Amino acid sequence: MISTAIIVFREVLEAALIITILMAATRGVLNRGRWISGGVAGGVIGAFVVALFMGAIANSFEGMGQEIFNAVILLTAVCMLAWHNIWMASHAKELTTNLKHVGHQINEGTLPLYSLAIASGLAVLREGSEVVLFLYGIAAGGSSNLEMLSGGIAGLFIGAITGALLYFGMLRIPPQWLFKTTSWLILLMACGLASSAAGYLSQAGVLPSQIPLWNSDGLLSEKSILGELLHILIGYESRPTALQLSFYLATLVVITSGMIWANRSGTVAPQTRSRGI
Amino acid sequence: MRIFLTAILFALSATAMADTLVYNITIKDHVFSPSVITIPVNQRVKFVIENQDVTPEEFEGLDFDVEKIIPGKTKSTVFVGPFAAGTYNFMGEFNADTAKGQIIVE
Repeated sequence: MISTAIIVFREVLEAALIITILMAATRGVLNRGRWISGGVAGGVIGAFVVALFMGAIANSFEGMGQEIFNAVILLTAVCMLAWHNIWMASHAKELTTNLKHVGHQINEGTLPLYSLAIASGLAVLREGSEVVLFLYGIAAGGSSNLEMLSGGIAGLFIGAITGALLYFGMLRIPPQWLFKTTSWLILLMACGLASSAAGYLSQAGVLPSQIPLWNSDGLLSEKSILGELLHILIGYESRPTALQLSFYLATLVVITSGMIWANRSGTVAPQTRSRGI
Repeated sequence: MRIFLTAILFALSATAMADTLVYNITIKDHVFSPSVITIPVNQRVKFVIENQDVTPEEFEGLDFDVEKIIPGKTKSTVFVGPFAAGTYNFMGEFNADTAKGQIIVE
C-alpha cells in the first residue's frame, strides 16, 4: 500500500505544483478558478482516454509514439506557460497596483485564461494517465483492490495537500512580490519542461542521444524528494545532456526576452487604460 | 511550423535508426528476462521489450534517464546509451519489487 501511495504521490505532485503555481500567479484574476478547474477536469478525463489508448499511442511512429506524445504535450505546455508569463509581464503594473482592475481586463477578453486551462489540463493528463495505468496494473495483477484504492487515495491526498500548502505559503508573499516570484517559478518550470521534452525526443531517436554533461546524482538524486521537487520547480536534472541544457537555456532566453519586450511595450498603455476604468 | 518540424524529426530519426544493435527482452510475471544485458561502450542500442503480462509496466532507468510505459501484451522499443563503461540499473516501476535488471557496458 505504501509503495502505491508513493508512486501516486510522485505523479500527483508534479501536476499539483504546476496547478498551484498557476493559481497563485493569477491571484485576484476573475474566473481563473473556473478556467483552471475546467482544465483539471478535462485533464482527468483525458488521462483515462490516454490510458485506454496507450497501446495505440505507443505503437504509432514506429513504436516511438509515447515519447513523441510526451514531447508534444510538454512543448505545448511550455508555449502556454510562456504566453501566460509574457501576458502577465505586459500587465505587471496593473496587476500589482490594483487587483480589481484585472477583472475588467478579462471582460475585455485580453487575458488568455485558456492558456492556464490547457497548461494545467496537460499536466493532469500526462501524470494522470500514468496513475490510471499503474492502478489498473495493480488491480489486474490480483493484489488486494482495497489496498490499492487506499494507497492510491492516500497518494492523491498527500499530493494535493502539498500543492495546497505551497499555495497558501505563496499567498503570504506580498502582492508586489507574489507576481514576480510566480513568474520566475513559471519561467523556470517551463524551461524544465522543455528540457524534459528534449530528453523524450532523444529517447525516441528523433534528436541525437548524448552522454550526459555531468552526473550529480550522488550529490542530489532526482529520485529523492528534494531532487524531485527541484526537478518540477526549476527543471533540475542530475544527468543533463548538452541538448537538454540547450533546450533549457533557449526557453529561458526566449521567454525572458518576450517578458522584457512585453513589459516595455505595456508600461505606457496600461496606465492610460487604468485611468479610464 | 509544426509540419515543418515533424518533417525534420522524421528525417533525423531515419538516420538515427541505422545500424543499431538490437536486444530482445521479455517481461513475464513482472520479471525481466534476460535481466542482465551486456552492451558495447559509447554506443546507442535498441531494446525491444515484450511485455507478456496483461498488466502495463514502466521501464525506468535508475542510473540513466529512460522512462517508458509498456502496455500489457505489447512490444515496445527503448533506446539506451551511449554509456561509458560500467553497470547501470533499471527496473519496472510498476512492480519494483520483482522487475529489476542491469546493463553491463564494456
